[in-house]
Parts: sequence; C-alpha cells; structure tokens
Amino acid sequence: MDFQIQYSLDVNDVSHSFGQTKVIDQISFTVGTGEFKVLLGPNGAGKSTLFSLITRLYDTKKGSISIQGNSLDKSPYLALRHVGVVFQLPTLDLDLTVRQNLHYHASLHGLMRSDAGERMVIELDRLNMADRIDERVRNLNGGHRRRVEIARALLHSPNLLLLDEPTVGLDVPTRNDIVDHVHQLSTEDGIAVLWATHLIDEVRDTDTVIVLHEGSIMSDGSLKEVLEQTRSNDIGEAFERLTTGISI
Amino acid sequence: MSLSHYSLCLTGVLVRETLRFIHQRERFIAALVRPLVWLLIFAVGFRSALGVSIIPPYETYIPYEVYIVPGLIGMVQLFNGMQSSLSMVYDREMGSMRTLLVSPLPRWYLLICKLIAGTLVSVLQVYAFLLIAAVFGFMNPLMGYIWLLPALLICGLMLGAFAMVLSSLIKQLENFAGIMNFVIFPMLFLSSALYPLWKIRESSYFIYQICSLNPFNYAVELIRFALYSQFNWEACLYTFISLIFFLGAAIYAYDPARGMVGRKLTTSE
Repeated sequence: MDFQIQYSLDVNDVSHSFGQTKVIDQISFTVGTGEFKVLLGPNGAGKSTLFSLITRLYDTKKGSISIQGNSLDKSPYLALRHVGVVFQLPTLDLDLTVRQNLHYHASLHGLMRSDAGERMVIELDRLNMADRIDERVRNLNGGHRRRVEIARALLHSPNLLLLDEPTVGLDVPTRNDIVDHVHQLSTEDGIAVLWATHLIDEVRDTDTVIVLHEGSIMSDGSLKEVLEQTRSNDIGEAFERLTTGISI
Repeated sequence: MSLSHYSLCLTGVLVRETLRFIHQRERFIAALVRPLVWLLIFAVGFRSALGVSIIPPYETYIPYEVYIVPGLIGMVQLFNGMQSSLSMVYDREMGSMRTLLVSPLPRWYLLICKLIAGTLVSVLQVYAFLLIAAVFGFMNPLMGYIWLLPALLICGLMLGAFAMVLSSLIKQLENFAGIMNFVIFPMLFLSSALYPLWKIRESSYFIYQICSLNPFNYAVELIRFALYSQFNWEACLYTFISLIFFLGAAIYAYDPARGMVGRKLTTSE
C-alpha cells in the first residue's frame, strides 16, 4: 500500500479496444507527487481514450488504474475525489456565470457552498480571473474560458490534475501563461500533472515525457532520457523519430 | 462518502437545471404555447366532431376542451422529458456531460439527480399552463390541483427516464428530429390524450391493443383521475413499473462497464 501511495497515478498494463480496433495497448506508467508528465502523441494516438479510462468515463476492462493508492475499479469514489480534469472540449455552461459554473462543479464534488465560494476566489485570483467571476461565460474569450476550467478543476484541491490538450486553439502568449501556471501548481503545490498534447514546444526541461503512438508507449522518462534513447538533439526530433518509424 | 455530499450534488444539479431553464425563455414559452394552441384552437375546432360519453372519472357529459386538459398536461411532460433528453445529447456532444459523469458519486445517483431536476422543471411548466388555462376559463376542481402534484412527479420521472434511454441511443444531435416524428407523435396519438380509447377500439381493435401497451397512455389516465381527486390504481402501477424499467435501462446504458454511451463519448481525437 505504501508503495502505491507514492504515485498519484498508477496505470498498470491497461488495454482498451473499440470493437476489433485496439486503441490502447498494454500501457503502464506512473505519475508521482509534484511530477509534471507530458503525454505527447499525434492526433489519434489514444490520448483522449486514456483520459476517459483514467476518469472512468470508460471502464478499464484490461489492466488496472490507481489514483492515490485507490483502485479506480474497486473504490471509484476514493479514487475520483482526488482528480481534477480539464477536458479537450470546453465543458462550461455558456449561459451561466463563472460563479454559477464553479458552484455547480463544487456541488458535484461535495464542497459546501461557503467553502466553494472561498476556494473559487483563490483559484480564480491565481489566474487573474477573480474580477470576471460574475460574468457570463459566453462573454469570455477562449483563453479566459480555459483559465476558468483550470480553476474549476482545482476547486476541490485535487492531488492529480489531468489536462487533455488544454491549449488547443489558443494564441501563443495565452498558451505560455497556462503552461507556466500549471508548472507552478506542480512545483509549488505538489500536484501531480498529466498533460496531454501534440505540441512539442509545451515540453519543459524539467518535465518527464511519455511518447504515445498508435496506442503504445514508445518512450517514457525524463526529457534527457528520451533524447538519449532516441539519439536526438531536441524533443521535436525525438518525437518525429518515435512516431514516424525513423530508425533510431 | 457522506450524505451531505449526496444532498449537495442533488441541490447543485437542481440549481443548474433551473438556471438553464430560466435562461432559455424560448423553451418556456414554447412549452406553454404548444398545449395552449391545442386547447384554445384545436379543441374548439374538434368540439362538435368528437362527442365524449360519460366515462370515469367524469360524472357528466363534458366538453372536448375539458377532456383533453389531462392529455395536454401529459404532453407538456412528454415534451419536457424529450427536451431534457435533447440537452443530454447536447451536453454529451459539447462535452459538459463529462463534468457530471466524472464526479466521484455513483453514476446511477447522478442520473437520478438529473432526472429529478428535469421532472421539477416539467412540474413548473404544467402549473404555469394550468394557470393560463384557468385565466381562459378552464378551471378544474381546486383539490385536483393538489392531487395532481404526486401524479406529475411519477409521470415526469417515468417520461424523463424514458427520454434518458432514448438519449443513450442517439448518436448525434441531428438524429433528434427523427425521434420527434417516430417516438413522440406515435406516443401521443396512441394514447387517450386526445380521444378516449373506446373510440379507437370501435375503429380498430389492433391499434387499441397497441395503445394499451403505451406507458404514456397510463400516465395521462393517472393525471386525469388525479385532476378530479381520484386515484387510478391500474394507471399508477403501470406508470410506476414503466418508471423502474426505463430507469434501469438508463442506468445500464450510462454504466461505464457496459454502457452504450461510452463509445459515444469519444472525442474526435
């Protein structure tokens, strides 16, 4: 048990198929406390399916997933209460205000209204969004909506933060701001982060990286280890080698 | 897992659905105009064409407008159930359904919260319709309005659960128009909402038998008797059994281990 708890997320030998098509093939990896792990893969690699398995939108039929030492299969309540998620598609209610959206999320995670009110101001403030709290989400731009979604994912103080392509469609400065903020969350608050992306410029030197291709892990380790394994000069080159079949 | 978490979740879903309903004024107006058109135009036009004999719960001859009021109440709930179902398909397509489904609480409970919220919205719609109908002179016995409430709750839950099952079967929002034509209208016309079933039996025994299997038919009869402060055991039992069946099917459909919905939640990764 002690061994398990050192990992916020432990994915062990997980496979998943849609009909005859295998989209995730015997994947195993861990994310430790305060670790920022980038799940790098081209479109169609299986990143969103993996996220759906970790969040129990799909049932894990082969292999096992544990969050904070709690099996997702046997104790889904204990496991999911530690998870904050930012999905690839926007999930805010456009007709409601930021506050109403966050209160809705807080209620789903069992936060008392007064506690939720305090928490949302803190999290929005960290993202410079506190003054927009009573605005309708429809009036916010894409970058601001994403910030609200990140604040929402942190509302119940999760140990594990999952972000599925959170910067898609955003301009470069906004992307950088969001990447910086989430790195800060992992280093300062000790939150374990799994960040799925296909954008190689989002990888930082301190990150650990998983390269996912056609449902299989091609490489898993620190940035330095991945570069060494692929004999590459940068992550772009390594990514290309691992996902296009160029011999290493 | 505490009881307060369960009650906070239910409150959260109720507040959200009510806020959404308030923001969607067109939906509210449409929900009221539809039955009022039937009551104030259709029923007046058909008054002379359709004579209604004395059948329970009525103790005397009644005008056609009075006969179809319970059917129109059922119609409000049927359309609202479908509207909720539509919003679930929309939520699923837009991704916001995920927010609900990744809550740590069991999925069956989350679906029931959603169902209760949709039912309460339909109850609000029904009483708003009855208020406007009363302004136009279509008053019911006062006690009937109180008896009506539990009937509306059970019928609303049953029709909502039915719609939830449908939503699990619909792959995309565009397919919903087909559901309107192939499910809602047949359910409405194969019931006692607009004409008594004995009239159908006189014309076609086969269609009458199909009507007898239609759960919406029993929901309408439960409402009809409640409006006159009477309890229809048969209608209540049939509606309740239908509720349990549809609820079970909806929970099955949305279960991550077996569900039909899992595959549909896939994004365009």
